[in-house]
Amino acid sequence: MAKNNETLGKTLTVVIGVCLVCAIIVAGAAVGLKPIQKKNAALDMQRNVLDAAGLLEPTTDVVAVFNDRVETRLVSLETLEFVADVDGANPTEYDPISTAKKPAFSTKLEKKNDVAGIGSREDVTKVYFINDDQGQLETVVMFIRGYGLWGTMYGLLALESDMNTIRGINFYEHSETPGLGGEIQNPQWVESWQGKQIYGEQLVDVKISVTKNAVDAAHDIDALSGATLTSNGVENTFQYWFSAAAYGPLLDKIRQGELTSNG
Amino acid sequence: MASAKEMKEVLFGPIFANNPIALQILGICSALAVTSKMENTVVMCLALTFVTAFSNLFISIIRNHIPSSVRIIVQMTIIASLVIVVDQILRAYAYSIAKELSVFVGLIITNCIVMGRAEAFAMKSSPGLSFLDGIGNGLGYSVVLLVVGFIRELFGSGSLFGYQILSLASEGGWYQPIGLLVLPPSAFFIIGGFIWVLRTFRPEQVEPKE
Repeated sequence: MAKNNETLGKTLTVVIGVCLVCAIIVAGAAVGLKPIQKKNAALDMQRNVLDAAGLLEPTTDVVAVFNDRVETRLVSLETLEFVADVDGANPTEYDPISTAKKPAFSTKLEKKNDVAGIGSREDVTKVYFINDDQGQLETVVMFIRGYGLWGTMYGLLALESDMNTIRGINFYEHSETPGLGGEIQNPQWVESWQGKQIYGEQLVDVKISVTKNAVDAAHDIDALSGATLTSNGVENTFQYWFSAAAYGPLLDKIRQGELTSNG
Repeated sequence: MASAKEMKEVLFGPIFANNPIALQILGICSALAVTSKMENTVVMCLALTFVTAFSNLFISIIRNHIPSSVRIIVQMTIIASLVIVVDQILRAYAYSIAKELSVFVGLIITNCIVMGRAEAFAMKSSPGLSFLDGIGNGLGYSVVLLVVGFIRELFGSGSLFGYQILSLASEGGWYQPIGLLVLPPSAFFIIGGFIWVLRTFRPEQVEPKE
């Protein structure tokens, strides 16, 4: 018996047979479970948004609160107008991060302008508007991302209605060193962002800074010890996204009340 | 067919008498990484037990047809496929846990216990017995992980399965958590302690002096 197994024909048959059967099982599992996984990923993103906006308690019913409070809108960063869909994807389905990799729907950044190290930026971004009981704008949550030490850090930033004061920040995906750069998820550090202001008095220059000696109570965040490059990456992320080249004009427009989720 | 006694030995032997972690010192890597919370630990134990049991079963079924020149590759293919299936299931039904376990589910592929049992047991034994051996070794792994996870979560975070048991000093309680236990290296000490206790009660496991 064992001897017959060693022929070339038998070896190939067994290997190909095993590969075929395994491939079918793996493919079946991946395709069959895809819808549930997608739903989970969407739910996770809703949770991230609520977390950034400070609306997440351990007992929060994520779906209910999200549907009740949050309006998801797509905004073109060129025209500064709402758009209904991008390439057939509605606001719920649209993913700004994967879109940034499609040349037709994104702008490639020149090296000298690419402060955050993201390569290219999507033309249309996704903004979450959260209104209070009276229908007044309370919080806006936007996507930010930038290169840290090992890879891109993906985050959500919640701003108060003045489009300047930070309500919360949530880096929901990153590959920084656990215990050092990974501390960008540390609740205490995240809390230290609350109430800081991105811009100076003129609302033009990005003043926020992640620094070793935080002196300016309004704009300085304590850098993470042992994670200088991650801290720099976070600062660069803000320098890019809140500059005139990215969210700056959009925030101006929202601040002046010309772009509301009611309109 | 194997006798009932033999089956019992194959199934329960690996729990204390021939524990894969404590005696064979296999699969330490994931034991360090996933044991900071009980919830993650339990899921990891189930995943590993499932993979070991079914990889043993399938490999045993086709063991007489596997050419020995490619046997390791065939075993790896089967193990890797099972691990991917487990990973997909976790992502579908336990998303938050899957996110925390992340790479360690994938690393079950390289877990020495799975490979070791496939090569050492499933290649020589009948499918039924191999399946039981897989479950037995999975349980042996689980016992150690659960003990480590229990100690680490209870004394490191003051909770079990996420429920607060000891009230923390940082929240106005009396318990000052042991920070070391939250970090992976602490599992080394606990596993070391586990092996010490086990060998005190079973002196036959102690290696002879060289």
